[in-house]
Amino acid sequence: MSELWELTAHEAQDGLRAREFSSVELTESVLARVDAVEDRVNAYITRTDEVAREQAREADGRFAAGTATPLTGIPFAVKDLIVTKGVRTTAGSRMLGDFVPPYDSHVYEQLKRAGAVMVGKANMDEFAMGSSTEHSAYGVTRNPWDTDRVPGGSSGGSAAAVAAGECIAALGSDTGGSIRQPAALCGVVGLDPTYGRVSRFGIIAFGSSLDQVGPIGRDVEDVATILDGIGSHDPRDSTSDPAPRPDMRHYLGRDVAGKKIGVPREYFVDGMDDGVRTRIDEALRHLESLGCEVDTDLSLPMTEHALAVYYLIAPSEASSNLARYDGVKYGLSERGGSMWENMEQTREQGFGDEVKRRIMLGVYALSAGYYDQFYLKAQKVRTLITNEFRDAFTRYDALVTPTTPGVAFPVGDKLDDPYAMYLNDIYTLPSAVAGLPALSLPCGLSEGLPVGLQIIGDVGAEGTILQIGHAFEGALDEANRLAPL
Amino acid sequence: MPISRDQVLHIGRLARLGLSDDEIDRLTVQLSDILEHFEALAAVETDDVEPTAHPLPLQNVMRTDSVAPSLARDDALSNAPEVEDGLIRVRAVLE
Repeated sequence: MSELWELTAHEAQDGLRAREFSSVELTESVLARVDAVEDRVNAYITRTDEVAREQAREADGRFAAGTATPLTGIPFAVKDLIVTKGVRTTAGSRMLGDFVPPYDSHVYEQLKRAGAVMVGKANMDEFAMGSSTEHSAYGVTRNPWDTDRVPGGSSGGSAAAVAAGECIAALGSDTGGSIRQPAALCGVVGLDPTYGRVSRFGIIAFGSSLDQVGPIGRDVEDVATILDGIGSHDPRDSTSDPAPRPDMRHYLGRDVAGKKIGVPREYFVDGMDDGVRTRIDEALRHLESLGCEVDTDLSLPMTEHALAVYYLIAPSEASSNLARYDGVKYGLSERGGSMWENMEQTREQGFGDEVKRRIMLGVYALSAGYYDQFYLKAQKVRTLITNEFRDAFTRYDALVTPTTPGVAFPVGDKLDDPYAMYLNDIYTLPSAVAGLPALSLPCGLSEGLPVGLQIIGDVGAEGTILQIGHAFEGALDEANRLAPL
Repeated sequence: MPISRDQVLHIGRLARLGLSDDEIDRLTVQLSDILEHFEALAAVETDDVEPTAHPLPLQNVMRTDSVAPSLARDDALSNAPEVEDGLIRVRAVLE
């Protein structure tokens, strides 16, 4: 008999509806699992056991009353940049070490309305800047597949918690790959929705033209169900797209024969692990066996510029967004001198190295004399990248690539070389820059570690990529969805 | 070097980061390395290309100007470092 914490959300939902176990029992199973492995993983910054127990009791009431939703009673990890009323929200930073939000984010409101359960606030790279969760003021999160390795980032705590059984599902955020890259390295499923699909009301801002909230789960069905649960239009976020949202689960189980899949050759170049390439080649054959028309004769030459475009635009936006941390209104406040001295002391003490580096890069790219050369240039090349994708989607239903060039790397490996760390995002950046939805799902192991397959869709085409992902997952042998911890 | 130590010092002041001498030295090397990798961008032809500020085709999102409850003052001030008479107390801006 498997443990309750091993279930997917939809398996758990079936058991809850059939009264095989209660939400309280499911939650207690997850909390016991957290007790057992958290000292090795460090997936959470703040545990919320009492909130979880209270919400689990309420969930059982909803099953009894017949008002349960598909997320009722499901234990979640919530990335710690998603504000939660009355529960400390740090964004992985010393700057917000004592910050207790007086309001809820839209997505947490949606989870509560659906009757979900919050297990804790998940660890992350500070202000979502990083690809390894090593840039957290609250310690490194370890990859549950090999605790000497990183879980990816910035949503590393969320992905590791799902893989380790420290929750059933999680919310993360993706600016340049922060959901998909850790999902890939931890062997779970992660979706970066179309820009504007999920409200950012109550999400601590990093790169405002890029940030998007999305789900991490153990299979494609869970991720589709969570998107349905959190994705409603929200007038409090002016970038929330008012277009109607189709039910994602309608797409699951549909035949994918005849789907046209493009495989851009620029994603198969230098620096890619042979093991990753082997798994991706196998995945492409799997897709063909499902009847998809896979075309590897596709070139997207602007791909190579996505890294520079992203690492100019995101830090520029971050330098502006993080100007609000001045020690005056909330957050850390050093108060020993004049106004300017206090501001400098607060920011010196409150921000870690990577955040300072990105602020510096952004202020430089926006400063007089360099604005045209860097920021404006990056915005123009962003247009070219977007146009290239738009053209490709006139011929293809989806694009398929690896999610990352390699498997999870050892803790400390890239910490002293910022550019090497940035290169880990090379396959997740282009679709982020274009605001496109992209899914990462497991496609087997290399050297005993998970490899992620990325499926990129056109604007608003989450349904198509979830449909293809769901069919692919079913064609693969039972996915290794839990880490052997 | 694409960026000099003096430039890093200047940007650091603009950003109010209170950087130490060691940090200035390290950032000069690291930012130079990063910016060097970005130089290829200059070769991309963008003469007739409009910049993209954000990927959504939404513009001028309006809402009706209606009265609704908002965050209570005490809640809004609950994280402020120093509060006096329902206001945030700040250091003198003008000496």
